Amino acid sequence: MQKIIKILILFIFLFVIGIFYISLKRDTNYDTSSLINKITPEFKIISFDESNFYTRDDIKKNNYILINFWSSWCTPCRIEHPILMKLSQTKNLTMLGINFKDKNTQAIKFLSELGNPYDLLAKDKNGKQSVKFGVYGIPESILINKDLIIIQKFVGPLSFEDYNNIIKIIE
Amino acid sequence: MLSNLGNILLFLNVFLSLSIIYVANKNLKISGEINKNIYQLSLIQSTSIIICFFVLISAFIVSDFSLITVYQNSHSLKPLFYKVAGTWGNHEGSLLLWAIILSIFSFLFLIYNKNHPKKFRLLTLIVQNILILGFLFFILFNSNPFSSISPIPKEGLGLNPILQDPALAIHPPLLYIGFVGASIYFSAAIASLITNYSEKSFSHSIKGWVLFSWCFQTLGILVGSIWAYYELGWGGFWFWDPVENASLLPWFAMTALFHSLIVFEKRNLFYFWVIILCLITFILSVTGTFLVRSGILNSVHTFASDPSRGIYILIFLSLMIFGSIFLLFQKYKKENYDLNRNSKETFILVNNWFMMFYLITVLLGTIYPIFTDALTDSKISVGPPFYNSIIFPVVIIFLLFMAFGPKAKWIKNKFQNTRIYLLILASAVCLNLTIIFFFKSYSLLSNFIIISALFLIMSSLMDAAKALKRNKFDFARIISHTAFGFLVLFIGLNDIFSIEKDYNIKLGETKKFEDYSIQLQSLDLKNYKNYKAVIGKLEVKNINSNKTNILNPEIRIYEKPKTLTYEAAIKTSLIKDYYLTMSNIDRSDYYNIKFQKKPLMAWIWISVIMIVIGGFVRLFNNAKNN
Amino acid sequence: MKLNLFIFILIFFSQFTFAAEKTVDPNQIHKNLRCLVCQGQSISDSNSDFAQTIKLVVKDLIDEGKTEEEIYSFMSDKYGDWIVFRPEFNIQNSLLWILPYIVLIFGGFFIFSFLKKRR
Repeated sequence: MQKIIKILILFIFLFVIGIFYISLKRDTNYDTSSLINKITPEFKIISFDESNFYTRDDIKKNNYILINFWSSWCTPCRIEHPILMKLSQTKNLTMLGINFKDKNTQAIKFLSELGNPYDLLAKDKNGKQSVKFGVYGIPESILINKDLIIIQKFVGPLSFEDYNNIIKIIE
Repeated sequence: MLSNLGNILLFLNVFLSLSIIYVANKNLKISGEINKNIYQLSLIQSTSIIICFFVLISAFIVSDFSLITVYQNSHSLKPLFYKVAGTWGNHEGSLLLWAIILSIFSFLFLIYNKNHPKKFRLLTLIVQNILILGFLFFILFNSNPFSSISPIPKEGLGLNPILQDPALAIHPPLLYIGFVGASIYFSAAIASLITNYSEKSFSHSIKGWVLFSWCFQTLGILVGSIWAYYELGWGGFWFWDPVENASLLPWFAMTALFHSLIVFEKRNLFYFWVIILCLITFILSVTGTFLVRSGILNSVHTFASDPSRGIYILIFLSLMIFGSIFLLFQKYKKENYDLNRNSKETFILVNNWFMMFYLITVLLGTIYPIFTDALTDSKISVGPPFYNSIIFPVVIIFLLFMAFGPKAKWIKNKFQNTRIYLLILASAVCLNLTIIFFFKSYSLLSNFIIISALFLIMSSLMDAAKALKRNKFDFARIISHTAFGFLVLFIGLNDIFSIEKDYNIKLGETKKFEDYSIQLQSLDLKNYKNYKAVIGKLEVKNINSNKTNILNPEIRIYEKPKTLTYEAAIKTSLIKDYYLTMSNIDRSDYYNIKFQKKPLMAWIWISVIMIVIGGFVRLFNNAKNN
Repeated sequence: MKLNLFIFILIFFSQFTFAAEKTVDPNQIHKNLRCLVCQGQSISDSNSDFAQTIKLVVKDLIDEGKTEEEIYSFMSDKYGDWIVFRPEFNIQNSLLWILPYIVLIFGGFFIFSFLKKRR
């Protein structure tokens, strides 16, 4: 009996230290990768010019959809903008831009300066819509397929690697 | 220059530790007194590590940016006081402070325990010096505060405004004296196991150290809480953050330890349990350090983390743990106890039982997320709701035991005056009902907590009255226990009667709620030496009494490094605190204000201070009796 | 006599305690949600953009008549369990919730075994 307890105690400590050791090498940063492979939530979002609403049905039309949250006050958004412009030239991809907590005039100025890559443009005046998509900071982009399954999430500005990645997926 | 000097002193210390171990080991085999050289070596060791620390302090004072540590954590514009405090405010410098505490305690333990067996004293010294060596190697090869940088930068990076605070300057040294001080009874426990020194008198060698470290640990935790309260701006004082938990874990173990030491001293019972607690306390201290400094936990105040540090501390920790376990397994003998149900021994065991429960709960909550992440890849948060819902119901029973325990007699199974307790309980219930009647009702759990806290306070006070008559007055215990009852009472009342309101407000606007109205009257922009501040002037008016208070929360804009901080405005009085923070909302002309009324805050601090005073009184009495 | 007193206290007591009303308090919910973009702060403590947004959404959800639990599960659905400070009781977290009590009970037995056995 005493022996079993001794072995048990040793085992517990070995286990704990083993886990500590493994965890040292792991990336402990938080991300929302748990949403990948889940279905896009239902949403109803007002278009930028406030003429109509977009829902899930509107984005089912193409094979792939990239939802991009952006704003004129966000500096990293300027950095990723050229990549969005490049992506807008691919056929297989519908781009839905969601203007996040922005002023209309500023947003229009931003797009007229840097170009408009979006097929659909919506706005999220107070940020409530972003919560539905699990967005916690912008820019963030979400790649969705025809069955409304979330394939990839890109937190932070898109890089060239991300661009190549997306092209690979949609072709 | 300073870099070289520091490094030389560090190497000198390695050499001194090695020679102490060598000489002590040789001396072990010879009979007679302890070799005089050992005292001298030990004194030189303490002196040289202190000088080494002063070298680092002077590097901070003269802003010698050729040292990476100084470059990263200081700035020539820093006020002198914070330059000095910056020495131990960072990872490398704090480790040097650890080494100092280890060395000084090692020396003092050696000279203050002359009436204990020679072998035991020498082995304690050896084990302690092995620990010192471990830290010295860590400092030298991984976290060297004297590492130099070239080319030498013109200006330092660090001027983090949140860390420039008097409370934060004294918080780490207090805490380190607490949990690094625990090293000495870790060493003593190992030595006692090896030399089979398990007599009652063993307790005399460590009792003072346990109390001493416990007092400082408690003070350290208190100062940390006070800092969090007025500086972090959320109006709370305990968030069950991993860093806070790391300081609480050894505290539980120490508290259990000095209670069971009383039994060991009196009745020579629980020897192995005392030893285990001695070992656990320091092991938990190092575990806490590992968790905080390796960066495997997310926390409010993470030190800049680095996995290689983690590996080093983990190796050190494993050696300590498995060494202790191995030794314990070798030496463990089953002890049979036959305690009376209402004896003092039993009640002290009950204290230990609850302490272990708290310890396991907090430890589990702190490391569980690491396990889920590593094993199932899911990240979870274990926060205040978990701890509150597990710990608080159990506190009720704990307080009741705490009221009964001290009245029990040694060995005997006699329990007097059940009727008096019923009377006290009844009056506690009545007092609680009075509070509800005059103010407001609260949850069932809160009711029980208030009642049990009142019960403890009243029965401790009655004890005091009785003891005064008979002139047998255990002042220390009565202060600490009563103050603990008050602490729980005040925390409970504070929680129940706090008001918290959150508004977005424009200049000139007034918000009304309950009995109060708040108006944002003006905003001022002021320039200070190293920051700019937007200072709000808010009038808080109590509608019933027509009393007004002006509060001035600030938003500070620092340039180097570029940070925004929010300074809470706090109006403290004996009955309540008003607590107000203001922050700007990006891209709008609204300001977010959070107003809190926190009753009895000052009394929470005072209660903890009283608990510590109890500890110091006991320490003082012990010293006098010896 | 003792029993009577006890019953009296209990009845007296229950009248007050159960009067405490039960409404969904947004502040309480904010305190139990983690601000993901801050270091270890709750939504209630933080004033970041993210915290502001979450506060708005929580308000909406309360207006929709959602209970506290439903709001937490909505949030952990969107952002993972990391956002909720109170870990859910499920198989994965069962040890976290149960082990402290096992220790408590076990410790009790342990102490009991030390006590003098008497007839």
